[in-house]
Amino acid sequence: MIILRREHRVLVQGITGKQGSFWTEKMLSCGTRIVAGVNPKRAGELHAGVPVFASAEQAMAEAPFDIAVMFIPPPMAKDAALDAIRAGAKLLVVLTEHIPARDVMAIHAAAGRAGTRILGPNTAGLVTPGEGFVGIMPGHNSNIFRPGSVGVISRSGSLGTLVSLILTRAGLGQSAFLGIGGDPMIGTTTLDALRALDRDPRTSAVVLVGEIGGNMEEQAADYAAGMTKPVVAFIAGRASPPGRKMGHAGAIVTGAGGGYLSKRQALEAAGVAVVDTPSQLPDALRIRLAAQPGRAFAETFARTLAKS
Amino acid sequence: MNLVEHAAKTHVLGPAGIAVPVSRLCRTPEQAALACAAIGPCVVKAQVPTGKRGKAGGIRAADTPQQAAEAATAILAMTIDGHAVSELLVEQRCEILRELYAAVVTDFAERRPLLLFSTEGGVDIEEISSGTPGKIRRHPLDVDHGISRPDAQRLVAGLGLGDAEGEVIDILVKLVDAYAATDAELVEINPLALLGDGRVVALDCKFTLDDAAAFRQPSLAALRAPEIMTALERRGADAGLKFIQFEGNVGVLANGAGLTMTTMDVIRHFGGRPANFLEIGGEAYTKAEAALDLVLSNPGVRSLVVNFCGAFARTEVMAGGVVKALQRLRPSVPVFFSIHGTGEDEAVKLVREELGLEPFDLMEDAVKAAIEAAA
Repeated sequence: MIILRREHRVLVQGITGKQGSFWTEKMLSCGTRIVAGVNPKRAGELHAGVPVFASAEQAMAEAPFDIAVMFIPPPMAKDAALDAIRAGAKLLVVLTEHIPARDVMAIHAAAGRAGTRILGPNTAGLVTPGEGFVGIMPGHNSNIFRPGSVGVISRSGSLGTLVSLILTRAGLGQSAFLGIGGDPMIGTTTLDALRALDRDPRTSAVVLVGEIGGNMEEQAADYAAGMTKPVVAFIAGRASPPGRKMGHAGAIVTGAGGGYLSKRQALEAAGVAVVDTPSQLPDALRIRLAAQPGRAFAETFARTLAKS
Repeated sequence: MNLVEHAAKTHVLGPAGIAVPVSRLCRTPEQAALACAAIGPCVVKAQVPTGKRGKAGGIRAADTPQQAAEAATAILAMTIDGHAVSELLVEQRCEILRELYAAVVTDFAERRPLLLFSTEGGVDIEEISSGTPGKIRRHPLDVDHGISRPDAQRLVAGLGLGDAEGEVIDILVKLVDAYAATDAELVEINPLALLGDGRVVALDCKFTLDDAAAFRQPSLAALRAPEIMTALERRGADAGLKFIQFEGNVGVLANGAGLTMTTMDVIRHFGGRPANFLEIGGEAYTKAEAALDLVLSNPGVRSLVVNFCGAFARTEVMAGGVVKALQRLRPSVPVFFSIHGTGEDEAVKLVREELGLEPFDLMEDAVKAAIEAAA
């Protein structure tokens, strides 16, 4: 479960905080089905019309949910995540940035044992235009997100917002926006997201927004090579100087890769069109879609939806 | 954040019970001579957080106090990989039979810690890694548990460690515990030396603390080696802003690392030169005023692009900070805005009414205008 649907039931951890309150209102106004919130000190109250529970486990017992989203600061993030995992969340959206790596690894290990999918950490969340959003994206802004058939994968929330805006301007609505997170250890990778969009019947093409660092784009390239749906990509960081690392262990573990050229070459070798600037994405998409017999209708379809 | 060798040995390996040679931290040739007189034949080592110090000549042997003083004089005059040497470790010279390698590192791709061990320790471990990777043994760890003695035993089995095997296994168990206790991103012993007298000691240690865990490792965080940065970058770091200064002339203020890098990419794509990286994403979005102050303090800046695409970061809050800063600083350089996303209506209105400027609809148009103005 990576693509958000209208029927998904959502739990907001930290619902009464400043950010939790602000984004809960936005998500509700967008149609997201928020069934419960968590704040141990405010259990039993209603907040923004949503019942508040002492823990995710208690919420699950009284107001079952599918997705948990965390508005929790780094020192408490691990405990909140483990609570949601114990409760049996199918998907846990970890928005928090700067969680200690040790806690992140513990969250991933526990989620792996329990069968919970982790999105993030440091993700901006999920948007399915016309159905709802979970996280901290301007999912309610129809200048940026419109229903359509282009799936967008982005590590960055701000850049993902820009890319969605550019697509919407060009008449290319989105089937789903999947923010996977900017952290080095994320639960749902570029490859996982690409697979989900490949299988999604409402998605006819994919825009992959990558960044320098790690080797997720390289891993996804192999899969993209076997896809029939067109994939176009923009990789941020071409003009950024490479970082410095101490010790040899990092190089031993990851080897080469991670730089702009490595990613671009891997994607292009897999038949993915890689553009130089985000505004080139719509044209690259159109060319790919038009080149696909029997799929040219998808673009028209997307445009019609976007205008409606 | 990195620790230098001396801090890592004293505050990470020491508490873990991993043996290191006798040593003294020195700051002058006189101190080095006294240390050598007390310790005997020694090595004089520059205390800088970089792996290049050996090859750069920052490690020298000395048999007498006179030689130690000479080595100290030479090394204290050095700058290695950008780090000026101000401290030396004068360490007892050991009779080395064999050099091993041991490290625990966060394996980001696998999302778990990884223990590495090799009998081919020493300065060329990186070449071993790319040339004969089979010579480095790997053991993925469970983050919630250390490593058991039987697992550590299997890792070193058949490597011909002889009588030292038990001691090496001990050290591996302790190293994994030290990694956990200190919130390390990397703790590396290279070389781990088998000595003529049968002891196994850590001759060098590299340690990187997970930045995100600094709040719960205050004593280690306080020991971090100063990073190489410009005065402006230091000002940014003090204000909690990730600011990197470049040689270019187009200043950049954007929210989020992804959008900031993209703004730099687009500037470069259209033939311009970005003057900085400045990330005000996440919780830092409320620091727009301090951030703008920083960007405009860069003497090379001839124009400025303000590119906001608000998701979590609310553009009206960022624009408010920028407007305040511009009204206070009254910069002579022209500013070009592009604003979209969360709070954009209010943000655009602020810029129009308070500054009399019209934000560009497309980020690329703002960039092109800024490049032209900087030329």
